[in-house]
Amino acid sequence: MLGLAKYIVSFSLIIFFINSSVASDRKFNLGQIATKEEITGWDIDVRPDGLGAPIGSGTALIGEEIYTEQCAACHGDFGEGADRWPALVGGEGSLASHDPEKTTGSYWPYASTIYDYIYRAMPYGVAQSLSYDETYEIVAYLLYMNDIIEEDFVLSNTNIGQIEMPNRDGFLLPDPRPDIINTQGNPCMKNCQVSTKIIGRARDIDVTPEDDNS
Amino acid sequence: MKKNNKNELSKLKNRNRRELLIGASSVGAVSLAPKNLLSQEANPENLPPNLPEWTQYLGDGVDVNPYGIPSEFEGHVIRRNVEWLTASAESSVNFTPLQDLEGIVTPNGLCFERHHGGVSVINPQDFRLMINGLVDREMIFTLDDLKRFPQTNKFYFLECAANGGMEWRGAQLNGCQYTFGMVHNVQYTGVKLSDILLETGLKDKAKWVLAEGSDSSGMTRSIPIEKILDDCIIAWAMNGEALRPEQGYPARLVVPGWEGNMWVKWIRRLEFGDKPYMTREETSKYTDLLASGKARMFTWVMDAKSVITSPCPEKPILSKGLHQLRGLAWSGRGKIKRVDVSIDGGKNWKTAQLHSPVLSKSLTRFTLPFEWNGEELKLQSRAIDETNYVQPTIDELQKIRGVNSIYHNNSIATWLISKNGKVDNVRLG
Repeated sequence: MLGLAKYIVSFSLIIFFINSSVASDRKFNLGQIATKEEITGWDIDVRPDGLGAPIGSGTALIGEEIYTEQCAACHGDFGEGADRWPALVGGEGSLASHDPEKTTGSYWPYASTIYDYIYRAMPYGVAQSLSYDETYEIVAYLLYMNDIIEEDFVLSNTNIGQIEMPNRDGFLLPDPRPDIINTQGNPCMKNCQVSTKIIGRARDIDVTPEDDNS
Repeated sequence: MKKNNKNELSKLKNRNRRELLIGASSVGAVSLAPKNLLSQEANPENLPPNLPEWTQYLGDGVDVNPYGIPSEFEGHVIRRNVEWLTASAESSVNFTPLQDLEGIVTPNGLCFERHHGGVSVINPQDFRLMINGLVDREMIFTLDDLKRFPQTNKFYFLECAANGGMEWRGAQLNGCQYTFGMVHNVQYTGVKLSDILLETGLKDKAKWVLAEGSDSSGMTRSIPIEKILDDCIIAWAMNGEALRPEQGYPARLVVPGWEGNMWVKWIRRLEFGDKPYMTREETSKYTDLLASGKARMFTWVMDAKSVITSPCPEKPILSKGLHQLRGLAWSGRGKIKRVDVSIDGGKNWKTAQLHSPVLSKSLTRFTLPFEWNGEELKLQSRAIDETNYVQPTIDELQKIRGVNSIYHNNSIATWLISKNGKVDNVRLG
């Protein structure tokens, strides 16, 4: 009986080791190896250096027509934006003003991001319906409207990583916070020198939604 | 015979009462019931020494609501949005009613929503998490696979980086909900990403992760590998039940203490790379424009913040005498160490009581009793976290960051209590 128990234990150990060696250094043996096709279908991102950009190309000349069909209803014929939808063109020199206008031309630091975003999320409500070429064409048209490339410039997977965007150097790294280091955990508790005069009231601005239930 | 009659009478009364109840509830959905009709005025006939109407008759049986819902008298406790903020409801935000909540747990149905392409509807059988790029084995996991990994259960707050974003230039929205409500706090159940990576392996060159959602915005953010390995989770449950659809069902990324936009919902893919991906969200959005015209990028941590949830513009003071001031504090850098409260606009401060549990990167409840005798008060709260960071004034923030940042406004707010007990969001200076 004891011999049988020993036999079972050693048999179990053998099974255990067989399993571990099959799994190489996988710890839990969960999940499946992804196939190349599966990854290609989902791996759609494009990096600033152009890594991931699918083979394709387009010019602003052709892009204008697609833009008018697919984008202008929300973003305006000239990228000026309609209603509350974002403007895509203009805003140059406005970033330090009281009303900064952050468009693809004035603010976005990389052309790759425009491609990546349009391909994955636009047109709004019909995501991932544009072809690679159509996406390059629309991006080219936006870059052209923002005076970044010429109308006949052929934007493609080989040069999208080299487009120089006007606000490329407009971003600061790394995060400097905590940037308010006032009191090292011991703030003033009594007779603090602060102004307590009321200089504004939300009630007077009057943009709070009315609500019978609140 | 007499007894039988009494029984018949009782049954009849019950039926009448039942019809009345059914009639009343079919008049309008629970949340639409005007609060002032339902809960503001007491019916003297229900008060002592009278017998309240609900005492004598049978109420609803079990299973009237197989999935329970709040009392009809709590119909005002709902998420609300500010319609003029956004172009469409599918790419929009609403706000958690912090002023009506107690403790630190946000009920699932009240957690604020922020979508960029609407709420995806995903059959969990169709869920797949793909991991590719600089790993030893590119892999795909089902939801069942994820649930077989070692499990973690943690409370974390999730705050949108734009919470309070409308208040940079002045007091704009007159409500606790609208100015602080882009935050919620739930217990997540899920698997640590560091455990999943034991299965895929990780190449030395992997420094960044692109987290990608499967919704129609294809939400993407770059996250440094150190954070992924430290405490990030793939969660499938919140507060003990499956994630709500609007919170990423069946699985989302949890990035403790960091801005909500990075907590990718409806997660479908994690790609490991050697550089950040510079997605739309981390370049054109969620960057903090300074007065100079330059913008800070990759400002991930949510700094310490607090808010008085009662009294507040939605919760006026209704009577003189003793009141319990209530509030919430949180920090993306760890635990809340202390919260101070001022009733005179920041001249003098008292330390409030913190209520357990005080957890790292979680909402923390504080209270402070106070007497109100009809005088004008300027209420403020100030959080201090375990790194000794002190919640700043808006003045301190503006001096360094200007007024165009939109994001990361963690400044002290002021609620003005007027002599009539009404409360307003005001700016001092």
